[in-house]
Amino acid sequence: MKLINKITAGRIWRSIFRTGLPSTNYRRSLVILNNFFLHLHPAKVKKSSIKFTTTFYLGGLSFALFLILTVTGIFLMFYYHPAVPLAYRDMKDLEFVVSNGKLLRNLHRWSAHAMVVTASLHMLRVFFTRAFHPPREFNWVIGVFLLLITLLLSYTGYLLPWDQLAYWGVSVGTNMIKAMPVVGDKIRFLLLGGNITGENALLRFYVLHCVILPLVLSVLVGVHFWRIRKDGGLQAESAGRLSEKTDLILGEKTNPRKDESLVHSNSIRSK
Amino acid sequence: MNDDHPVKVEFGDDAQVTQTRVAYVKGDTSIAVERERDEEVMTFPHLIVREVLLFEILLIALVLCSFLFDAPLESIANPEHSPNPAKAPWYFLGLQELLHYFPPVVAGVVLPTLVVVALVVIPYFRINLARESFWTGDVRKKFTILSAVVLPMNIPFVVSGAVPIYSCSAIIYSLMVLPVFLPRGRGILERFRQCALADWIMIWFILVGTVLTVIGVFFRGPEWRWIWPWIDGIYY
Repeated sequence: MKLINKITAGRIWRSIFRTGLPSTNYRRSLVILNNFFLHLHPAKVKKSSIKFTTTFYLGGLSFALFLILTVTGIFLMFYYHPAVPLAYRDMKDLEFVVSNGKLLRNLHRWSAHAMVVTASLHMLRVFFTRAFHPPREFNWVIGVFLLLITLLLSYTGYLLPWDQLAYWGVSVGTNMIKAMPVVGDKIRFLLLGGNITGENALLRFYVLHCVILPLVLSVLVGVHFWRIRKDGGLQAESAGRLSEKTDLILGEKTNPRKDESLVHSNSIRSK
Repeated sequence: MNDDHPVKVEFGDDAQVTQTRVAYVKGDTSIAVERERDEEVMTFPHLIVREVLLFEILLIALVLCSFLFDAPLESIANPEHSPNPAKAPWYFLGLQELLHYFPPVVAGVVLPTLVVVALVVIPYFRINLARESFWTGDVRKKFTILSAVVLPMNIPFVVSGAVPIYSCSAIIYSLMVLPVFLPRGRGILERFRQCALADWIMIWFILVGTVLTVIGVFFRGPEWRWIWPWIDGIYY
């Protein structure tokens, strides 16, 4: 104990962990504010916004799944060659040769499916609680693109095992692109690196899946979180409870208190 | 520990004071400001502990799931031999099912684009944030407008034989209209009466999406023919 105290009071320890034990509220807020990984949180949160039934933690679940997918995905990359027929053999290796390879692939697969589900449900939750009201409109738009990227990530990953399921599942989709007027064939060529789903397509899907899309997703997730924070945190109560008050967008009923604040703010402006 | 201050400064575990925010409000954007003040707690530990727990439960659930169910792996890709039916991943099977009813331009390009555009513009509509019931005001007028919009909108679906889509429309339309003809009560019908139009549209969208996906996954077999999964098995 004495040794521990000596270490934690020492210069090196304190240069790494600046806050000390979170024994007071001041230090508890420093835990958040001084930590790179946590500082996107506010130091305090509304009680109602961390309640399970407010959000069902669906956004958090999606993000957690993204982290799990990143880690398992990086591990899988150690064993994977984006080439025909090596890609398929690597799947067999994962199944029979690599220690826990099957578990790794299963985890990645099921997390991917789960992320499509949780991200979609998250969107529905935000819709039904009207959590996209001003000033959060654009964050909703970012969210829609995050969902699309999630789908694209899942879809590009679908080809990588290079089995019949992957090959024909992806072919069905890429054939749909052909239907696009004027640019359809060009876009399909760009995506597949040729006119058929072949080795070039595998490589392109691999790069999209492992580099481009995750990067775009990470940046957008960053913006998405940052905007939540800037807009005052989670929407703490469902808009349903606002129904007794005024509909401020349509402005049908007027609330005297609101008018007062309007007059007041106008008088500030006139000064 | 090594704090030996004679006076203990703080006792409570949680925030004692909730700040009041002072904001300049321009008339029509003040919902966030109107909201009453809410009790606050410290992010550490309250939220952080929840986040860590959530992550751990999720990971345990996924590992269990991965032990029980294996990711599918079929034989190596063979461009010469296409399986029948060739199905896309489940989240695109709704789209693939649409291909059965509409030409590829409509099912693969127009409808998905419409869905994405519709989702993007949602917050820019003067959407009814207070979620006022659709049936407020002149019920007779609203009924006429609703019928005049819903029925023609579904004609293309009827013409192209997209049974799942117009059946969903019919279900939603009846659920919307039903409470108007029945005496006011409590329970589920009253909730339908209270539901806002935007919510009905979203419920319709979810219903159509779910029905199409379920049909695509379970009820389609070789040549995209209709099958019964309990008789013919699941082709997925």
